[in-house]
Amino acid sequence: MNAMDFSRRKFLVGAGTAAGGLTLGVSFGAQDALAQTGKTPEVNAWVVVNADDSIVVRIGRQEMGQGTITGLAQLVAEELEADWSKVTYEYPTPGQNVARKRIWGDYATSGSRGVRNSEKYMREGGAAARMMLMQAAADGWKVPVAEVTVAKGVITHAKSKRKTTYGKVAAAAAKLTPPTNPALKDPKTWTIAGKPLKRLAQGGKVNGKQVYSIDFQAPGLLNAAVRDCPIWGGSLKSFDAKAAEKMPGVKKVLKIENAVVVVADTWWRAKTALDAVKIDYDGGKFAALDSKAIDDMLNEGLGATEAFIGNKGGDVQAAISGAAKTVEATYSMPYQSHAPMEPMNATARWTADKCEVWTSTQNAEAALATTSQAAGLPLDKCDVYRMDLGGGFGRRATSQDYVRQAVLIAREMPGQQIKLIWSREEDQLHGCYHPITKCKMTGALDKDGNLTGLHMRISGQSILATIRPEALDKGRDPATFQGLNAGGAEGAIGYTIPNILVDHAMRNPPVRPGFWRGVNNNQNAIYLECFMDELAKEAGVDPLEFRRKMMKNHPKHLAVLNAVADKIGWDKPAPKGVYRGLAQHMGYGSYVAACAEVSVNDAGTLKVHRIVAATDCGHAVNPAQIERQIEGSFAYGLGAAMFQEITIKDGRVVEENFDSYPILRMDDMPAVESIIAPTGGFWGGVGEPTIFVAAPAVLNAIYAATGKRVRNMPIKNTDLRKA
Amino acid sequence: MAKLNINGKTRDVNAEPDTPLLWAIREQLGLTGTKYGCGVAQCGACTVYVDGEPVRSCQLPISSITAKQKIVTIEGASSKIVKAVQKAWLENDVPQCGYCQSGQILAAASLIKTKPNPSDEDINREMTNICRCGTYNRIRAAIKQAAAAVRAA
Ligand code: FES
Ligand code: FES
Repeated sequence: MNAMDFSRRKFLVGAGTAAGGLTLGVSFGAQDALAQTGKTPEVNAWVVVNADDSIVVRIGRQEMGQGTITGLAQLVAEELEADWSKVTYEYPTPGQNVARKRIWGDYATSGSRGVRNSEKYMREGGAAARMMLMQAAADGWKVPVAEVTVAKGVITHAKSKRKTTYGKVAAAAAKLTPPTNPALKDPKTWTIAGKPLKRLAQGGKVNGKQVYSIDFQAPGLLNAAVRDCPIWGGSLKSFDAKAAEKMPGVKKVLKIENAVVVVADTWWRAKTALDAVKIDYDGGKFAALDSKAIDDMLNEGLGATEAFIGNKGGDVQAAISGAAKTVEATYSMPYQSHAPMEPMNATARWTADKCEVWTSTQNAEAALATTSQAAGLPLDKCDVYRMDLGGGFGRRATSQDYVRQAVLIAREMPGQQIKLIWSREEDQLHGCYHPITKCKMTGALDKDGNLTGLHMRISGQSILATIRPEALDKGRDPATFQGLNAGGAEGAIGYTIPNILVDHAMRNPPVRPGFWRGVNNNQNAIYLECFMDELAKEAGVDPLEFRRKMMKNHPKHLAVLNAVADKIGWDKPAPKGVYRGLAQHMGYGSYVAACAEVSVNDAGTLKVHRIVAATDCGHAVNPAQIERQIEGSFAYGLGAAMFQEITIKDGRVVEENFDSYPILRMDDMPAVESIIAPTGGFWGGVGEPTIFVAAPAVLNAIYAATGKRVRNMPIKNTDLRKA
Repeated sequence: MAKLNINGKTRDVNAEPDTPLLWAIREQLGLTGTKYGCGVAQCGACTVYVDGEPVRSCQLPISSITAKQKIVTIEGASSKIVKAVQKAWLENDVPQCGYCQSGQILAAASLIKTKPNPSDEDINREMTNICRCGTYNRIRAAIKQAAAAVRAA
């Protein structure tokens, strides 16, 4: 039986199904896998058309609140000429992706890549499906395909006044040979993509029906609570579970690597019993580590002679020694926890020949690989079912450690489905933290106040050294220099400075780092953009004018900066008692700028009133959702800048919950005005980039308001009362 | 065995008396619209109504609630105000990940009940639930729209 026969049989069996079984270069096994889920066979890997004309777009990337699936579905629907009101989506599993030679591409959803790195193959998938559906209609009518047209899923042959719909021809279309390299529409002609449409699948989020991974239920499901050794580099020495084992609902107390786990009928009972387990740790060599020791380590790096070079031009030392005036300042950025609202969790079931996982992850392929490794089973005997995420922000992309634990626990009770939930405390203690860095800035001004030389010495942690050492370049972490590179399409510095040196003294404390929304752009933008304001002040020049002089060769950076300055009325005075600050940066392929308005009262309390933000992301697939990402990124970035820091004492994280790690709330959220100014010709990200500029714009405004330079984050550690 | 009145029905709950209401709702009663975010009354994801008042159910042991008290979760909340809030939430496309929104919606409806025309200061003071996705400005707009709709009805 070949694939087509199989799918035809399915077609005959399932009365509600319409499409045939042709796939774009795929194997039969996966067709089987999808068919088994009770889904209609497909026109191609991306598009399923049901008999009722409803359309299912299959998406490899992951939704976590950022709107990616809506944007990708818009792009497919655009090329498909679909009726948007009939479009829904589904997630193929990573196991299906492996079986089909990764036809759905990379599942990793981080680095603001969701749309920009999948747009081409997904638009082509939509276009190919449209061509096949039109061809099928033309064949049925025995007319040349050039004579048929399509709009909103309705195919028309004008000459003979005949019409049909996608649902009616999908089965025939699926049997056709898919076209190669289908032509794509000019974005100027888009009618679905580029529009401010509402998100897909919102209904369940307002009535409690949306099922997140933590909500997963199944008959006989057991729950697990875990306490992993909280000391970096420490280990579990011993534990006494006698009391816990007798507590209500407890099925088993076990040890997984350096963690104690209680499995019980409910999670609350598991957690309560876990609290009753007496645990002894061996602190290991970092048992005495604290934030002061880490700070000392970074301070040493600020003056070290050896460093990895990120951007070098001219002779910065000569410029500094020959300067009319030199300016120096040292900045710092602490660790940050992701703290997504849904704590880490995963459900697993293991048997000797199969392992299944139900979880929320930003990278289901990595979760599958983790599952296979932890299960001791080959990839084709494992699968991961993708559940909705209560936020990700990079945590669920950096590490699948929670999946590993869930599988290891399931292995201890073969055949039993077990849901592991981390408490908020466990989540805070075992994060993958925004890395800690400091930066010494040295600027050389000539007698006319021009910046002739800039040295940025970054000292601190590399994410890649811990998380993806294979991505290091002879020991150097290229990601450290995000937004500071001499050129390139991903994150280039927006200034022409004749003598420049950006270098990195890598100092890696044992605290695990990770990709945290915005990643290294966050501190790089603070360091560079706040120091630009310091230099402008020393040069006696307006901060906007000071920047503009160096931005002639960086028109896209300049355009977004000008856009926010124009909108806020930089050349006119701010309202009484209100002060302004600017910042611009480029990252993840997008150009962003912000202008903040703040006030600081006599008690030193900061109020951020308003931020005007601009982004040039090349193509804006859904401006309404981009606006929401701008606002969300500001809440995330400002909360970190204003209040949050993860500190270390006795080898472990101190801030275990939101009482000591405060999150920005309604009363601190500024009004946000967004300028979405796509200039076309490139695809930039939108989930992260605007976060870079929120903090430096606010910091520069604080200086304008108080005369105080806040150089060490978070802001709360500085007394903002006027001196 | 405790008895709890949830969403208009009296249910037997087989849980220890010190079990937080949140976990009894989620695990014994299987209603997962009420979320766990922090367990220490900080985030508001676990908000439910007890006798019409919003409470953070992660900090409320079931032993402190009598069978007469009426508990309403997001699944059972169906007052005119809640419906207006849900409608405004969808019209303003408020949710991002959505995880905090059950709690936000119940907190918002409760605010409109006590302040039919909430000012920005009222919203700042009463809406203390955490949204890690940062939907605050959309929540603010949706509250004002829902309040106006309730006043006009
Ligand atoms: S879970 Fe109850 S307030 Fe956070
Ligand atoms: S919508 Fe994600 S936490 Fe609020």
